[in-house]
Amino acid sequence: MAMKIGVEEFKERVGKGINDSFMRGAVAGAQDSMGTRRLSAAEELGNWEDWRSHGEEIRKHVLENLDYYLEQLSDNVAKRGGHVFFASTAEEANDYIRGVVASKNAKKVVKAKSMVTEEIHLNSCLELAGCEVIETDLGEYILQIDDHDPPSHIVVPALHKNKEQIRDVFTDKLGYQKTSKPEELAGHARETLRQDFLTADIGITGCNFAVAETGSFSLVTNEGNADLVTSLPKTQITVMGMERLVPTFEEMEVLVSLLTRSAVGQKLTSYITVLTGPREELDVDGPEEFHLVIVDNGRSKILGTEFQSVLQCIRCAACINVCPVYRHVGGHSYGSIYSGPIGAVLSPLLGGYEDYKELPYASTLCGACTEVCPVKIPLHELLHKHRQEIVEKEGKAPISEKLAMKAFGLGAASPALYKIGSKLAPAAMNPFTNGDKISNGPGPLKAWTEIREFPAPNKERFRDWFNNREKGGNQS
Amino acid sequence: MTGTIQNRESFLNTIASSLGRDRHPGKIERPVWEFQPQKEVLKGATPDQLVEVLKTQCLRIHTSVVVTDQTGLAETLAETVANYGGGPVVTWKDNRFSEWGLDPLFHNEWPEQDIEYYEWDHTKGRENIRQAEKANIGITISEITLAESGTVVLFSDQDKGRTVSFLPKSLIALVPKSSLVPRMTQAAQKMRQMHLEGKQVASCVNFITGPSNSADIELNLVVGVHGPVKATYIIIDDL
Repeated sequence: MAMKIGVEEFKERVGKGINDSFMRGAVAGAQDSMGTRRLSAAEELGNWEDWRSHGEEIRKHVLENLDYYLEQLSDNVAKRGGHVFFASTAEEANDYIRGVVASKNAKKVVKAKSMVTEEIHLNSCLELAGCEVIETDLGEYILQIDDHDPPSHIVVPALHKNKEQIRDVFTDKLGYQKTSKPEELAGHARETLRQDFLTADIGITGCNFAVAETGSFSLVTNEGNADLVTSLPKTQITVMGMERLVPTFEEMEVLVSLLTRSAVGQKLTSYITVLTGPREELDVDGPEEFHLVIVDNGRSKILGTEFQSVLQCIRCAACINVCPVYRHVGGHSYGSIYSGPIGAVLSPLLGGYEDYKELPYASTLCGACTEVCPVKIPLHELLHKHRQEIVEKEGKAPISEKLAMKAFGLGAASPALYKIGSKLAPAAMNPFTNGDKISNGPGPLKAWTEIREFPAPNKERFRDWFNNREKGGNQS
Repeated sequence: MTGTIQNRESFLNTIASSLGRDRHPGKIERPVWEFQPQKEVLKGATPDQLVEVLKTQCLRIHTSVVVTDQTGLAETLAETVANYGGGPVVTWKDNRFSEWGLDPLFHNEWPEQDIEYYEWDHTKGRENIRQAEKANIGITISEITLAESGTVVLFSDQDKGRTVSFLPKSLIALVPKSSLVPRMTQAAQKMRQMHLEGKQVASCVNFITGPSNSADIELNLVVGVHGPVKATYIIIDDL
């Protein structure tokens, strides 16, 4: 599955994350600052719950009538002279886009940040076809020039890198000679990329929300790169996940407001751009030709299931910014471009349990994600549903859990066995016990104690303690 | 010219079948929404109150605000341009500049002071982009102004190039006080209304909130990335 990043197993990825102290510090700092900003942006409205409920009712209505709204959207895009391609798979989307690029004999593509093009691995597909592809969002640009380091956060993709690392990448790859000050680094990117904007043949963007009634779509950014991507090249290709649309401008506005407040705590970001079709006949800037590629890539299999609500997602990352597990393991541990709670729900659905069966377990089910979601996706409940599916239907529970459950089932089935087992436990665990903790457990406990301690079995069993207490003994 | 649509039927049939039904035969009416919190924000605020809200918000978005009236506009604009280091200046082609008495500034004073001035002219093609790219300052006019977020809304057309707001180093937006509304809600309503009345929505509508910025490096805010580094709104009291 294309959205997969890296080839390492889940445990190795997590091990790397946990031992990366800069990354952990950066993630903790980012969670604190973005979490606080989100909270104050939500609270200053005074009726945030109503906003969330409105967001939810809009998204639910669209999903239930998705075929209708996509038909309306595509009719209206075509009416304004745009071309629409419906792609069932990543391959179909990539083939179509490669075809457009070839027909223009394009050598250089500039891109604005887009998760769906990451999902379908569009860049490598175009590069294989001999086309230079330049990411223009500062974070994506940093990752791209660092030999395509994958993103670790859906809003701040280079969150795992510090400014010294970024300076070193700029020095190695761009001949940069200034300091690690963010202003100087950003200034260098501005100068370099400005030339690319002016000379690119094609601009490629994602889509925050398409508007069915008018055939428009909106882009939400802070840097202004999406505006240059859609103003300067002669051809524009916009790629959207098929669920990312709303009926009219009025609902678009509500979702944009929910997105910017939830993602970065801003009332609106610096640039919200609403585009409809190619440019007008006498316009000088804007594309002469516009293509909209609408991607399914596994989404229709989620519709009509218990997981349908995950398609309400507006990609704000609020759930990622409050997740205690993400805080410790970082984005790359999820092995998917979609990380955090939303990634743990979405990645197994789009990419399958074979690759992502561990993700639903990488959660404490604390529910912080569900509480902040601006469109009320019950994320922790969906994680729980995944676990049920994995165990009941797929028979893919992690081996250690299977063994432990089997042993417990055996031991608990007979009162006599249970009694002996619980009596023997303290003695059996004695070699591994350090005070009241086990820090280097045997067998199935090993995986647990590698990353944390396990409480040692109490020397006095509850039943013995209870009987003793009845007799008026030690009540401690 | 009408565009093409490919692969639609099978794609939409798959969706309908996942949803456990046939394709929708007719028109779906948008439901009456149960929640409408957006309409309550700054409800009933007067234009003066909206100006105050806008000014406060601009403190948070690194944007300067100057309030003037039509008689003071030329002087205020000249001063703002001088503070940003002078020309080259690029503007839209828009009659309102004349109506607001800016012709002497654009066509006499600036040339006398060697401040280069370029007015968008679609007949000159890519030359416009070259001019915008080398400009120090771009000047545009806000059609709708959002008090809550400090946002100017621009509609593109042949005389109103998109890149005037993006390529120059600094942006000056002229904001008629009459264009102020509480928030994005009212702008979305107006845009929808235009569409329902049969007017074509501009191919590009820009909601611009201050200068460009990024927090992609260690979450440090850098103001001025791809778009303008500085922004000023000049509010013109036209009420």
